[in-house]
Amino acid sequence: MKHMLRPTRPWQVLRPLTGLLAVLAIQGASAQTTITVASFPDFDRAVKAAIPLYKKKNPNVEIKLVSLSYGDHHNAMTTALATGANLPDVMAVDFGFIGKFAESGGLEDLNKAPYSGAQYRSKFTRFSYPQATNSKGALAAIPADIGPGTLFYRADMLEKAGVTQAELTKSWDSYIESGKKIKAATGAYLIPSAVDIKDIYIRSGLKDGDGIYFNKAGKAQVNTPRFQRAFELAKATRAAGLDANINAWSNEWTEAYKREKFATQAFGAWFAGHLNNWLNTEGKGKWRSSQLPEGAFASWGGSFYAIPTKAKNKTAAWDFIRFMTLDKEMQLEAFRKLDAFPALLEAQTDPFIDQPIEYLGNQPARKLWKDAADRIAAITVDKYDIVAKEIVDSELDNVLMKNKDIKQALADAQAQIEKRVRRR
Amino acid sequence: MALPVSPPPDPDQDAALASRGAGDGLAEGTTNVPASTSLIAEDLASPTPQHSGAVARPAAASRRRLTMRKAAPYLFISPFFILFLVFGLFPLLFSIYVSFFQWDAATGLGGMEWVGIDNYAFVLMQDDWFHKSLYNTAWMGIAGGLPQHLVALPLAFFLHTAFGRWRNTFVGIYFLPFITSTVAISLVFTSLFSREFGVVNAMLGALLHLENIDWWQPQYSKTMISFVVWWRYVGFNTVLYLSAIQTIPRDLFEAAIMDGASRWQQFRHITLPMLKPMIYFAVTLTIIGSLQLFEEPFVLTAASAGDGRMSGSGGIDQAGKSAAMHVFTTGFGENDFGTASAVAWILFMIIALMTMLNNRLLGRDTEGR
Repeated sequence: MKHMLRPTRPWQVLRPLTGLLAVLAIQGASAQTTITVASFPDFDRAVKAAIPLYKKKNPNVEIKLVSLSYGDHHNAMTTALATGANLPDVMAVDFGFIGKFAESGGLEDLNKAPYSGAQYRSKFTRFSYPQATNSKGALAAIPADIGPGTLFYRADMLEKAGVTQAELTKSWDSYIESGKKIKAATGAYLIPSAVDIKDIYIRSGLKDGDGIYFNKAGKAQVNTPRFQRAFELAKATRAAGLDANINAWSNEWTEAYKREKFATQAFGAWFAGHLNNWLNTEGKGKWRSSQLPEGAFASWGGSFYAIPTKAKNKTAAWDFIRFMTLDKEMQLEAFRKLDAFPALLEAQTDPFIDQPIEYLGNQPARKLWKDAADRIAAITVDKYDIVAKEIVDSELDNVLMKNKDIKQALADAQAQIEKRVRRR
Repeated sequence: MALPVSPPPDPDQDAALASRGAGDGLAEGTTNVPASTSLIAEDLASPTPQHSGAVARPAAASRRRLTMRKAAPYLFISPFFILFLVFGLFPLLFSIYVSFFQWDAATGLGGMEWVGIDNYAFVLMQDDWFHKSLYNTAWMGIAGGLPQHLVALPLAFFLHTAFGRWRNTFVGIYFLPFITSTVAISLVFTSLFSREFGVVNAMLGALLHLENIDWWQPQYSKTMISFVVWWRYVGFNTVLYLSAIQTIPRDLFEAAIMDGASRWQQFRHITLPMLKPMIYFAVTLTIIGSLQLFEEPFVLTAASAGDGRMSGSGGIDQAGKSAAMHVFTTGFGENDFGTASAVAWILFMIIALMTMLNNRLLGRDTEGR
């Protein structure tokens, strides 16, 4: 007994531990590979749907899904990339963060061997690869789904106001004119927020390789006619009382949908699912989808899968990513289950695309969305896009609420962006 | 108990004593109080010989003395120190270090670039968003903080005098908001202040026939946030003041009543002066709290931020953005962790300065009491 109380040497204390580690190591080598997938709702449902399908093909691979809320997920991934710890094998990245993460250097360049992702480029929607490619030409992620932009409108309200769809979408001016008629006839707002119009307009007329806020040299291009007109349209909409001044996803916004206060909403195609599932379940058959006004094409959102440089199971992770993005059946499964418009072209040609959508009055709207997807310009993303957007939106608030001069607002926005991205 | 306070300098004897004590303790169970107490006494006294006579003592011998028994207290207290080092001291020092670098955290530690005091210069001279957030913080600090005390002081006095045995129940009710989750509170208030469907607007409409107010407009949002902050912390201050009032000797009030003092005179001439130390303490807490204000405006303004905008930008015209939120957006929105750390340290300086100022104003003659 006395001997046991003698001071022990450090390694003696560790001995049982080393034994345990050895056991763990052996287990890891012989048994299944586990890959961790970090994702966020609703996108994580694709992974949940994939697990049984993937396990059928790869019984040796265990998939562990770690899901956090949208904001928490991306903050957690930022911290993980900063410290190089707690990184998953497969990281889901939303469109809003892909620019920042692609530029970070903490993700594998999927263009390089052994991935050689460039070979799959032609298999995906044209604009999706450039979004995940950083300024050094590295491919940071593979696109899983895309959000072709579309204009949802209430067919019944248009009819009541005597406005045709062609009239509504011919030009932005005719869109605003139609809005006035709709407001007079039904009392509904044309659009939740005038800011939405600005957001579509600044994306129209862009060519492949252009950026929304920055040019190729990384210089802000906000004080330009494109932004000028976008601000003017937003201001005209607000002045005519056509927008409810309600931001998407706010309580007001969801409540206004339940009370059928909006005549149109420009959004990604996935929004049909939101309308159907919770926002306006009673609006079944009343909504339709069309292309955006004045021949604009824009994308809303989109999701990607990336492999962190410090991931443990890169081979297994890459295999899983290929399954999620290149497997036609899997892409269609996500399309059917969560309205995730496939980035994979092969999945876009499936007969499923021609099927009528009951909620949209049996309109075969997916064909329309595919058409839009084909015509959306492959714009480049910049890691400072989010900063620029914050500044532009802030200045638009000044124009809409405080009647600030548009020219002045854009000049200020330009200066503010240059100030805040001072260390490009 | 009867062991010498300064043990003999002989190390071997020391060790023998220790192992004997340990052995005894084991053999006779926990009933052997003198043995274990003696060990503690020896532990406490041991630094003395080390410093005085035992310079020549061999290192091996002193290591042998470090039995598990001796290590135990350090082991028991270590969780605090480990947690403090990992989550307290290290981030603190690291953020000072980072504040002199340009660093986008997503690039990993390798992406750090030395920029000297550039971050501080930018924040102080050029960062108009920081200046605005500081103004907002001061605005909300005064509008949300000052009424806390103006209400809590009389309320505490009222509760003290009016409710004998029910006092604690009422205090409990006032204290409730303080122990409720900030996020839950803010979400509830988001609904209450809703423009079209909120209770606040419905009430104002019914009572004063006002049009629906959009509380997220820049001219109202600070008022709304300040109200929520006030509502949340007024109970906490009431509890502080009430507990201080209860320590005021009853005979002072009795004497005042004998002299014919009214309730107001009692409050003005007895309660207030006697509460001065507590006022100083409570105001200090409020100053620090309001300069660190984050959760309430963060959650309340989140609803008004448009699609795809940075979280924590403070709503329309950044009217509800506090300085602490600016730290967050600079770091996690703009990926500029160096500047964010600089903002945090500048904020720390301001807090220190304000606390010192408060000490000058209120704290001076409380020290002597």
